[in-house]
Amino acid sequence: MDEKGEVDGKLMPKFSSKQIKDFYESMYILRAFDKKAVSLQRQGRLGTYPQITGMEATQVGTALALQKADWMFPSFRESGAMIARGIPMSKILLYWGGDERGSQFAKDQFTFPISIPVGSQTTHAVGTAWGMKIKGHKKASLVYFGDGATSRGDFHEAMNFASVMKAPCVFICNNNQFAISTRPDKETASETFAQKAIAYGMEGVKVDGNDVFGVYKATQDALKKAYSGKGPTLIECYTYRMLDHTTSDDASRYRSKKEVDEWAKKDPIDRLRKYMEKKKLWTKDYEGKLYNKVQKMIEKEVEKMENITPPDVKDIFKYTYAEMDDELKEQMSKYG
Amino acid sequence: MAEMNMVEAVRHVLDQEMGRDKDVILYGEDIGKNGGVFRTTDGLQKKYGEKRVIDSPLAEVGIIGTAIGMAAYGLKPVVEIQFSGFAYAGLENLISHAARIRNRTRGMFTCPMVMRTPYGGGIRALEHHSESVESLYIHIPGLKVVIPSTPYEAKGLLASAIRDPDPVIFLEPKRVYRSIKEEVPSKSYTIPLGKCRIVQHGSDITVITWGAMLKYTMEALAKMDISAEVIDVRTLSPFDEKTVIDSVKKTGRAVIVQEAVKTLGFASEIIARINEKALLSLEAPVKRITAPDIIFPLFKLENEYLPGEEDIIKGIKEVLEF
Ligand SMILES: Cc1ncc(C[n+]2csc(CCOP(=O)(O)OP(=O)(O)O)c2C)c(N)n1
Repeated sequence: MDEKGEVDGKLMPKFSSKQIKDFYESMYILRAFDKKAVSLQRQGRLGTYPQITGMEATQVGTALALQKADWMFPSFRESGAMIARGIPMSKILLYWGGDERGSQFAKDQFTFPISIPVGSQTTHAVGTAWGMKIKGHKKASLVYFGDGATSRGDFHEAMNFASVMKAPCVFICNNNQFAISTRPDKETASETFAQKAIAYGMEGVKVDGNDVFGVYKATQDALKKAYSGKGPTLIECYTYRMLDHTTSDDASRYRSKKEVDEWAKKDPIDRLRKYMEKKKLWTKDYEGKLYNKVQKMIEKEVEKMENITPPDVKDIFKYTYAEMDDELKEQMSKYG
Repeated sequence: MAEMNMVEAVRHVLDQEMGRDKDVILYGEDIGKNGGVFRTTDGLQKKYGEKRVIDSPLAEVGIIGTAIGMAAYGLKPVVEIQFSGFAYAGLENLISHAARIRNRTRGMFTCPMVMRTPYGGGIRALEHHSESVESLYIHIPGLKVVIPSTPYEAKGLLASAIRDPDPVIFLEPKRVYRSIKEEVPSKSYTIPLGKCRIVQHGSDITVITWGAMLKYTMEALAKMDISAEVIDVRTLSPFDEKTVIDSVKKTGRAVIVQEAVKTLGFASEIIARINEKALLSLEAPVKRITAPDIIFPLFKLENEYLPGEEDIIKGIKEVLEF
């Protein structure tokens, strides 16, 4: 699907109206969530928060392609993919509000906590996928990381392990054109990130990360391949980070407004809206109702996050090991 | 003379050292155009060009490993690790190579690199951005470990670190990056590595600390009516034991304030040295005020976790009243 919402009929998978609306509504929620999170941070109600605006199609397209039993390994950037997967927004807000309980998901959500050290989650995802293979389970793991992360050894070791072990793992490289201020051409001399797969004997795919249909299809194909024992895939989603790296960053130091405006024309939500309008799946009335529903939903989640009891240092003592030794117990007693 | 905070002092001395020695090369993540996430290198790429102030790929092993080879070749890489919590992957290179090249080659090759990195808690940062892991480096023979406590100190110590013939880990306490301002001479100067600083003389008790904790220790002492001798360790390796021992022999009492967790923090080493060399002068057991042996919490609990003014006052009182 291009910027005008036109699709190539030959490549277009069959999606039901409901599926298309799900894509739209999920992306819509993420955009609204992002806006809210930034405003909460500005008011001092959240800590540093990494924005997702512009990358909704990459996050939604990949997350919705997952089966319930698959495992997800998010980087710090994937608040949106996690929400699309069903992690409550209140949890995600709690996490960015500096509270460990924000990483305590339901057991059947099979989602690893956010990994802050760039790229370090890639090997974990491969280990889980390899475990799935050892156990003979027809499942896969999917791991997210940025363009910058491909510079780290972790990524290369993970790619190599996954290929050698034929682990059912899908690598999603969110190429949003930046690692904070650093551009892809300062991270790699390769023409694409997808081509890095070749060196590992793995299939590499590059998709338009602002085309939710394309992202979904590529992810679904990679997952099917993984389930059938044919090993890992690397997918580069080519997209753009429309806002600052995080709320502590000031992107105007290293990029022009003109560049951002150019990318705004490729917006993933706008193009799906155009497509839906043509298919009579979108009306102003539908959008109005959606707006109200989403605003209410987000407000409720914010309330939930803010009404939680304060955290207790003693919990950190309790969760450092399965059992506390006497010394730790004594240290803990200082906290009442 | 100009009033500066620590960020400005670091930038100022990097600038001076680059001007003084054309072999000084800076690289790290986002240090060029963006000037570093804390702006410690702001403007330096503009001034010295992209050949000497370089945005590196996002790769800590690469940053630290290449610095070893570059330093051996005769350049003076001063690399930045964006936050100390991301240096861990590079530890292999620091431990297995940077620290050992001189000995391994009997001095044929050396490794005069500097690794600068912001460390420590107190700024509501994300996970892995707040730990005090100086002990990881102090434990490695062959590495020098320096922690400045004020802008003036940062300038003189970093100049020495850059001119030093051995690898230096320079940990910048980001909690006081901007909260302390003081007069910093514009003239170039160095502060020798391996020497403690007596911040104030006193007779009742010796209080030993370093990095950001110096500020909080001084604030606590300002609320107490005692004569404390305060020592800023500033170079943790090599450690200037003599200044500490002489002081403890004089006061007979000692407290160590450390931001790191209790077990195997540098306070443990200081206590051992006092036991070895000044035990018979002690009038009370030496006390350490530290963080507990738990994982650094996300920021909601940060202030409860970090040793604070109350802990410092209570600890000092206990030793005085023993
Ligand atoms: C190992 C490591 N080094 C440095 C950082 C600091 N840091 C956080 S995000 C980031 C850039 C990440 O870029 P990329 O992988 O492209 O992901 P994006 O932020 O664009 O989603 C950096 C350098 C970190 N978190 N981990």
